[in-house]
Amino acid sequence: MHQIACHECDLIHTIPPMPESATARCVRCGALLLQSKADSINRTIAWTISGLILYAVAITFPFLAIKSGSIVQQTGLLSGIQQLFSQDIIPLAVLILLTCVLIPLMQMFGLLYVFVPLKLNIRVKFAINVFRLFQHVKPWSMMEIYMLGILIAMAKLGKMATIVPGLAVIAFGLLIFVLNFAITAVDSHMVWERLEGEP
Amino acid sequence: MKQTLVMARQLGLVSCHDCHLLSHMPELSANHAAYCPRCGGELHQRKPNSIMRTWALVIAAMIFYIPANLLPMTITSSLGSTQTDTIMSGVIYFIHEGSWQIALVIFTASILVPFMKIIILIYLLLCVQFKSIRHPKELTRLYRLTEAVGRWSMVDIYVVTILVALVKLGLIANIDAGPAAIYFASVVVMTMIAAECFDPRLIWDALEKQHE
Repeated sequence: MHQIACHECDLIHTIPPMPESATARCVRCGALLLQSKADSINRTIAWTISGLILYAVAITFPFLAIKSGSIVQQTGLLSGIQQLFSQDIIPLAVLILLTCVLIPLMQMFGLLYVFVPLKLNIRVKFAINVFRLFQHVKPWSMMEIYMLGILIAMAKLGKMATIVPGLAVIAFGLLIFVLNFAITAVDSHMVWERLEGEP
Repeated sequence: MKQTLVMARQLGLVSCHDCHLLSHMPELSANHAAYCPRCGGELHQRKPNSIMRTWALVIAAMIFYIPANLLPMTITSSLGSTQTDTIMSGVIYFIHEGSWQIALVIFTASILVPFMKIIILIYLLLCVQFKSIRHPKELTRLYRLTEAVGRWSMVDIYVVTILVALVKLGLIANIDAGPAAIYFASVVVMTMIAAECFDPRLIWDALEKQHE
């Protein structure tokens, strides 16, 4: 038995020991208080590693190509961002770089940094800070929105030219799901309890 | 399940923003901060300066919303002719093309959602400031909705950057980003931070005073 306060309405709840895969909601405002996950550590590590492999493909292989008549031009995820930098649209270039490239990567490295030591039962420095950062950057990881943007861009060009998706887009699309699975497998309450008392 | 409704603050307890551990809030003198015994995060009964920060960001977002909608988002030059497109003209283009589904997606994500988000945040701020005790549950739900949906407004920015990076076909076709793109991106970022600054517990605080 332990007490927690709802993070959305500050109501105190006494939570009994939770069975696996159970959720606790606030009785007053309905906010999600706790969610216990089965086999959280193994599943998070597994999904994160598959995510990193897909990420490597998404970054290195050709992302999109544009075809107009006989002209075909290829762009990678990173070279597209570089293109924006060279055209002096720096704020937008930084925005894309953060939300679709760096933050997803940080999330995956962050998860491994916290979860692998938990699995091996060892303690590492700064695990608390890394996990805190992981929780804060979550809304700023926007790969799924980028994917919708690709679809709209394809429709928008319409007659002018055709966009041909490359292998990297497929990896990128899968990565959205895999990273999401990794994040949903995280039992943050368990992590905080295990990290407790670390230096 | 009927239990007495007690808020953490009434018992002198505070919930950590980061790890949600419930601990005793020490008496603080000015310029001192309390830290969570478990994760070391700074403790606050409520998010600091929540109302002021949210107001500031919402007002800034309102101002930026105007050039974001009036100025061109993309500048397309094709075979010597130049065409500028605002967000709305992009929506109209898709309606003319007959793909009203895409028009609807862009209209919702780029015009409706940012607008509604600003309106809802202002409404929540006013409810909190006038200590309204009506419908706290619905207000909290409204807040949760704005927090979850707001990020999808970014989609139009992504469309612009994809087109700009991709369509570089020299004389045949060339697309550049218009000035609205940066304003629009700022609106989305500012409303996202505004929603993060707002503390939904303030909605429920008025209720607590009512019970006393």
